[in-house]
Amino acid sequence: MYEKDGERYFIVDGHIHFWDASPANQANKYGRGFINCFYDYQQNLSPPEYKWPLEKFEKYSEEDLIHDIFEVGYADVAIFQPTYLTDFYTKGFNTTEQNAAVAEKYPGRFILNGSFDPRDGEAGLEPFEALVERYQLKGVKLYTAEWKGKSRGWRLDSPEAYLYLDKCRELGVRNVHLHKGPTIWPLNRDAFDVSDVDDAATDFPELNFIVEHLGLPRLEDFCWIGTQEPNVYGGFSVAMAFLYTRPRYFAQIIGELCYWLDEDRLLFGSDYAIWQPKWLVERFVDFQIPDDMLGEYAPLTPDVKRKILGLNAARLYDLEVPEELNAGAATTAGPAIGSEPVSPA
Amino acid sequence: MTTAQDVLDALAGVRDPELDEPLTDLGFVAEVQVGEGRVDVRLRLPTYFCAPNFAWLMVHDARSAVLALDGVQEAVVKLDDHCASAEINSGVSRSAGFEQTFPGETTGELDELREKFARKAFVARQARVCDVLLRAGQTPDEVVLLRLSDLEPGPDQARCVSLRAELGIDASPGAQAFVAPDGRALDAAGLKRWLRIARLVRLSVEGNAGLCRALLKTRYRIGDPQEVAA
Repeated sequence: MYEKDGERYFIVDGHIHFWDASPANQANKYGRGFINCFYDYQQNLSPPEYKWPLEKFEKYSEEDLIHDIFEVGYADVAIFQPTYLTDFYTKGFNTTEQNAAVAEKYPGRFILNGSFDPRDGEAGLEPFEALVERYQLKGVKLYTAEWKGKSRGWRLDSPEAYLYLDKCRELGVRNVHLHKGPTIWPLNRDAFDVSDVDDAATDFPELNFIVEHLGLPRLEDFCWIGTQEPNVYGGFSVAMAFLYTRPRYFAQIIGELCYWLDEDRLLFGSDYAIWQPKWLVERFVDFQIPDDMLGEYAPLTPDVKRKILGLNAARLYDLEVPEELNAGAATTAGPAIGSEPVSPA
Repeated sequence: MTTAQDVLDALAGVRDPELDEPLTDLGFVAEVQVGEGRVDVRLRLPTYFCAPNFAWLMVHDARSAVLALDGVQEAVVKLDDHCASAEINSGVSRSAGFEQTFPGETTGELDELREKFARKAFVARQARVCDVLLRAGQTPDEVVLLRLSDLEPGPDQARCVSLRAELGIDASPGAQAFVAPDGRALDAAGLKRWLRIARLVRLSVEGNAGLCRALLKTRYRIGDPQEVAA
């Protein structure tokens, strides 16, 4: 819970990790390259007091996690988004099982998500079902750019992926979080293309598709899909960090999102440990659309911020929100309010 | 005799297809060496995992631009520190296509991808020019009637005209100044719809370029990328 200027906010950090990217767990140069890339994001986009030495960034402790997310990070609940990356890290980068080991020590504080890889084919369905049942999962995190042997990615609209989405529907795994790019199969397509989400969202109206990082760097394609598919949501991880280095850019992003999607379909996420929720929450609550942009974009009210910081995620995951913190919650996601269909660029 | 400056000038004509800016402005040119009939160029990108297809295009286009210089018989362009450096450097240096560079991982060459992003770039370039006019008080009804010859000459206007020519869109002075990505004419209502999306595309392209510049700086611990490249 976060409180400022008499307003109270229920906080769900919709995107956190507890990874091990230490040299001992790096399987190859790709594992090193991957964590270095994350590290540059932290170094470039964080206020100085929130930058870590590389060694800590590669492997931080459970105490760090609890401290940063809950003790100082204001989160009431945080969602573990697993990222297996077993081709890059010997024991995986952060798997559902590893996350579960932490989550079970702090009842009610974490939501565990699972994952599947359609390239496992039919043989993977049974283990996936077992994972869902074991941890009572309501969501999955998918990484379409994950490498597997010679393959550099997969598409959500492939028949193999549909097998698993069918299984999700059957098991009540309603929330499908997606991270797009930077590689894909086939490699000649735009790796960040989100059109496969468009087709899957149409074909699986019972599922919610949360596009992480707002589809960045394809904000325009993501917004386009969001106007047409009421079950497509945007996860704010990465984009939230622009609050510090590029607040005007952030204003434009959130202004466009509220126009094309509306504020009921946007979820806060820190992408911890890349960024720490404390400063993101504080700066977001303090943030306002600059005066000279108010002609174009609607101001951000405390109700809008409450939805993005926690109430929207609480709705997707059936979380109980204390009555006094539930002000302004929407009962269902509103319709898209973007303009009539015309082809995006 | 070709000079390093000649090479940089040639590389200034190569754009990142996604960010729509010259490699030299983005700081992607790490080093240029000129020898007897031979030029060596090293490129670098903001992350280890930048999309391999765009990376391939930049290495390929850089090599072609350098080879087109008088007196250059051999051009070796190497991409540093990228997850697919080995494949890309080897493929481009033996003039292999994208399919031969990544056998089994692609269903074709990159012409469609290149065109898709050139059209996005065109939308963003037009949005820059259009927004200036609207801010100055012109209405969409007035703007939609403008011809290319009505636009005040300047870098943004010139960028629109040159890209029209590349995309096969009428670039003559009498052509409508603002058109749909495929070159179709717009009416006033169409222009308003187009503009709403065009601003979003512009935000995306320019926002991504900003992030890439920043990440490159962090990755290579450099000051202003534009100074380093020259």
